[in-house]
Amino acid sequence: MLDPAAVGRLLGFSLYEGLAFGFVAIGIYLTFRVLSFPDLTVDGSFALGGAVAAVLIVNGVNPFLATLAALGAGLCAGLATSLLNTKLKIPALLAGILMMVALYSINLRIMGRSNLPLLREVTIFSLASRLPGLETRLSYQLVVAGVLAVIVFFILNWFLRTEIGLALRATGDNEQMVRGAGVDTDKTTILGVSIANGLVAFSGGVVAQGQGFADVGMGIGMIIMGLAAVIIGEALFRPKGVARLLLAVLGGTFVYRLVISVALRMGMRAGDLKLITAVIVIIALAVPYLQKKIRREWQPPAARW
Amino acid sequence: MSENKGLLKLKRISKVFSKGSVDEVRALDKINLDVNSGDYIAIIGSNGAGKTTLLNVIAGVYPPENGGKIIVNGREISGLSEYRRANYIGRVYQDPHVGTAAKMSIEENMAMALLRGQPRGLRVASNKQRRELFRVALAPLGLGLENRLNALVGTLSGGQRQALALVMATLSKPAILLLDEHIATLDPRTAQIVLDLTDMVVTREKMTTIMVTHNMELALRYGNRLIMMHKGRIVVDMGQERRANLAVHDLVVAFERASGEEFVDDSVLLRSD
Repeated sequence: MLDPAAVGRLLGFSLYEGLAFGFVAIGIYLTFRVLSFPDLTVDGSFALGGAVAAVLIVNGVNPFLATLAALGAGLCAGLATSLLNTKLKIPALLAGILMMVALYSINLRIMGRSNLPLLREVTIFSLASRLPGLETRLSYQLVVAGVLAVIVFFILNWFLRTEIGLALRATGDNEQMVRGAGVDTDKTTILGVSIANGLVAFSGGVVAQGQGFADVGMGIGMIIMGLAAVIIGEALFRPKGVARLLLAVLGGTFVYRLVISVALRMGMRAGDLKLITAVIVIIALAVPYLQKKIRREWQPPAARW
Repeated sequence: MSENKGLLKLKRISKVFSKGSVDEVRALDKINLDVNSGDYIAIIGSNGAGKTTLLNVIAGVYPPENGGKIIVNGREISGLSEYRRANYIGRVYQDPHVGTAAKMSIEENMAMALLRGQPRGLRVASNKQRRELFRVALAPLGLGLENRLNALVGTLSGGQRQALALVMATLSKPAILLLDEHIATLDPRTAQIVLDLTDMVVTREKMTTIMVTHNMELALRYGNRLIMMHKGRIVVDMGQERRANLAVHDLVVAFERASGEEFVDDSVLLRSD
């Protein structure tokens, strides 16, 4: 474990994963934290992104276009979930679960089978590996994920401070006030949930290309991973302001992936991973409540949960 | 009695809660009201008289029932949802938490309020010019909020939040300002600040205002027209002249005569802080 090269590779790989999966965490952050909309579509839309990107790439489409198409497919999935909630008044949790289940069938249809390999296909990573100086797998993975993360960061950091972005953030904070300011909160909810799932599917498209296959089960546990990443990011960096929040969420994803990688190396069985993640999230959610309860400060929350 | 003279016209406004059940409550019973431009109306009445329901119907929280009509500036708005009516209406609620967003900064709250009823786009919501505008609007409060634009609203006291909510409600100069017992939860000193500011803004902008209150003193001291509600109806409606020399006791007498009932709601009498 103390071999510096091995430690470097471990850090580098976790950094890649932190960025590639970080888009999921940002999506989760947008729905759970910014909009107060507990969206469970995520497990389905992550695999949707992987499926769409993989099928298009196998059929010879430019991998950058295929990755953008994954984002578009995720936007549609989020649109469907948010319409179920805002227009048909189905509770947010149920709307998300319904879409997640529906997407399982849809993803199987898209791929035609449960697993689609991309090993000899032209992906965003194989294109990057042709650039000078990016011969090693780690180097081109880091560069691709890094460039995408920077682009997403700048777009979101700008968007969330625009007039529309501000209305979106305020919707999760105080819907009544937002309606009073003349904003249709249905629209801001729809926009936010769509963007969040677009990001999640975008991540699915990138991760599928990075690991060399898309799988119908690749999204399982993504919600919990994203929540864990958000909670870790908030706890470690205590961010204030939009830019720092986005960076904290990416940082949280990196720390989460690093911890998981280290645990796997130390002999943890891969199958136990989701149980341990679930326990981490349970503890993180329960501790603030228990602390308040002991101090007798607890009050029932007033959100969509 | 021309159709366009009044700024706000309410015609046969009714609202029944839990219709058809044993708990049926006729909160508003065929209310007719003409509000003239520049009116500053104080509405008083006991609990359950329908004051807040009336504001909610005007603001669009509930649609009017049985063909009741709401007309602003000659345009019928009865069918418009709450967020569309925000073009015309600014509102301050009893609970300071309702009018402001806690997890956003003062500046971001003000930026939300500035664009009330206007289309929102992809410009960054706040800039130097707007920040200056926010400072100018906040300075008269005398609470120093203009120097704390980046502070999260959740860190402000209830009184500071309510003062901010009032500035936000009037920032875009809406045609009608609705105040729903907006100082009821404030300590006396802050209540006075918010009241003075209300008076200043309403007078300066000649803003048409409807203020709901529990407090008769307040209703006599502020505004130029006084309306008393009882069981979903308007039982007293008096203008400046009639109101000028009244005391709380006279109001009680007026109420008893109009409603045909003895005035028994202690809360109205005792709450004269």
